Amino acid sequence: MPPLISLKQLWKVFGDQSEQALSDLQSGKDADALHAETGIKAAVSDVSLSIEAGEIFVVMGLSGSGKSTLLRMINGLISPSAGEVVIEGKPLTGMSLAEIQRLRRSKMAMVFQSFALFPQRTALENAAFGLEVAGVPQRQRLDKARQALERVGLGLELHNYPHQLSGGMQQRVGLARALALDPPILLMDEAFSALDPLIRREMQEQLLELQAESSRTIVFISHDLDEAVRLGDRIALMKSGKVLQCDSPSELLSKPANEQVRHFFRDVDAASVLTVKTIAETPDCVLRNSDGRQSLESAAAGKEAFVVDDQNLFIGVLRPNGEMITAQQGPVLTPETTIREAINSVVSAPYPVPIVGADQRLIGVISPRRLLGSMLLE
Amino acid sequence: MNLVMLPLFTIVNAGPVGGAMATTVEWLLNHGQPVFLLIESLVNGLTGAAEFILSVPPPWLMAPFVALLAAWRVSFGFAVLSLLGLNLVLFMGLWQPMISTLALVIAASLLALIIGIPIGIFSASRKHFWAITRPVLDLMQTMPAFVYLIPAVMFFSTGRVPSTIATLIFSMPPVVRLTHLGIRQVPKDLIEAGRAFGCTESQLLWKVQLPNALPTVMAGVNQTIMLALSMVVIASMIGGGGLGDVVLRGIQQLDVGLGFEGGLAVVILAVILDRLTQSLTSNELTRKSMPQRIRAFRDLWTAS
Repeated sequence: MPPLISLKQLWKVFGDQSEQALSDLQSGKDADALHAETGIKAAVSDVSLSIEAGEIFVVMGLSGSGKSTLLRMINGLISPSAGEVVIEGKPLTGMSLAEIQRLRRSKMAMVFQSFALFPQRTALENAAFGLEVAGVPQRQRLDKARQALERVGLGLELHNYPHQLSGGMQQRVGLARALALDPPILLMDEAFSALDPLIRREMQEQLLELQAESSRTIVFISHDLDEAVRLGDRIALMKSGKVLQCDSPSELLSKPANEQVRHFFRDVDAASVLTVKTIAETPDCVLRNSDGRQSLESAAAGKEAFVVDDQNLFIGVLRPNGEMITAQQGPVLTPETTIREAINSVVSAPYPVPIVGADQRLIGVISPRRLLGSMLLE
Repeated sequence: MNLVMLPLFTIVNAGPVGGAMATTVEWLLNHGQPVFLLIESLVNGLTGAAEFILSVPPPWLMAPFVALLAAWRVSFGFAVLSLLGLNLVLFMGLWQPMISTLALVIAASLLALIIGIPIGIFSASRKHFWAITRPVLDLMQTMPAFVYLIPAVMFFSTGRVPSTIATLIFSMPPVVRLTHLGIRQVPKDLIEAGRAFGCTESQLLWKVQLPNALPTVMAGVNQTIMLALSMVVIASMIGGGGLGDVVLRGIQQLDVGLGFEGGLAVVILAVILDRLTQSLTSNELTRKSMPQRIRAFRDLWTAS
């Protein structure tokens, strides 16, 4: 299956002499030299990305890195200087304006940093806006808008105007306006950046809940690394219009492509990004449960032993005193647990805690010493 | 209409610029007669209808109605004030002239809005069109009001029609300007939001731009109506009738009392019109729903 959204060698250069500048840049001219000569800067230069259905894809970068321009090229608000945007296998470049408008109504909705609510419309009318534009009959669209507002927890504020709502509530209306359309793609342009940290956290959790309910493809623009790490299944790191690296948060952290990426992640709390599977160690002693109990105990010889069956499925831990702690009784970690989440069980367990995959297979163990060591990771 | 001969007199005292203008006017007169006749009958019909409708309710019905409107839109105090004012007009025997002035104002500003608002909207999205419109508007506003009377008389003789047309030209610039401004001032992010949700250009205009520009457009409507009122008084010189006529008679006969009475009636009408139309510009209108407004109106009576 092709990716839902794919961006192919996308360029955007603003300004009068953009065509000349573009061809210079494409033929390999240094961007800084061009900027010094002509004052022209490429907002987006040579970006190729593919975004899969159902993932939260975060485009992360400082202001001026071209991430908002990139987002606007996905729904055609800005047309690329060169390259192609392909949505569900159809290139946006060849579409007429009417086709693009139809696509925006049916496929993608946008949430804005500034909320961009219509001040003369109530929360309900704002939420119904997209459906109104699409020509859905009034009763139906108000029903859907009400449902969307209830989903974001604004069921009691239907008839209030934006200026009567707090910032967080306004952005919930903005989110409901997008959700009412039930679009497969959600474009979020620094949607939570204008909110207080506490509200921002709440909204992020709400977004993750919504995503768990019905999975959409979310392209999320952010300049906040913590936000990117918390939300993103994958993160594309942008700087001066270029994508530095595009990978999952823990990959970005553990295997940065270059110094700039490492620099970005300097202040990130690695323990809350890295998962236990990245630091799992092989246990000292693994025993197969094909023999009898007696032989197990003798084989363990006074050490902790991790017992698996013939298919390598985890059964339990055999303590030196002969006590058997099964997977149901003792602490067990899933591979996706972050190191921070694992601290509690690893520290309180008297033996290295086993990491067991969704298929019940033993992946490895993690000891307190290993855990502490991982936190020193640079 | 026997006016074709008229322009020949005027060329005599004008320089080359005025002469060119006069020639143009003359050419129009000779070749555009059917158009002028059509305009004349349209405008005549409109002003006639406005005056007829406004004359139907007797003063004792009209005055309380205006007061009620004032109480709803402005305040209770202003309702009392307008009731007193209208009674004063009635007492001075100037009710009928006031009604015909009002009819002329309404007809002229209605036409000005019908023409002006679309021009304002159109120019907001077209730089080149605005580059032409803007100096024309400047010209229309700075040209002394009396100057409009001359071609108006030439094309349409004297009476209500040239008065309305001179008034319409004089009063149109503010609504064009403020409509233009209102639409240009709609925040960029709202426009972007409209586009992002798949608005066509006309949906963008009707659902995003106009509702947001409405308070500013309404300020333009207010200005246009006020300018129309001031011009209607001047237009009495070409037979516009109404209160302007009373003032004009006061001037001609050096009758200070008559002039004052006519002037006072104009002021009363102006204040009422101004406050009522100004109430349209407030955000209250756009933000209060109908039930909220009815409740506010009910509170007015129960509270006081």
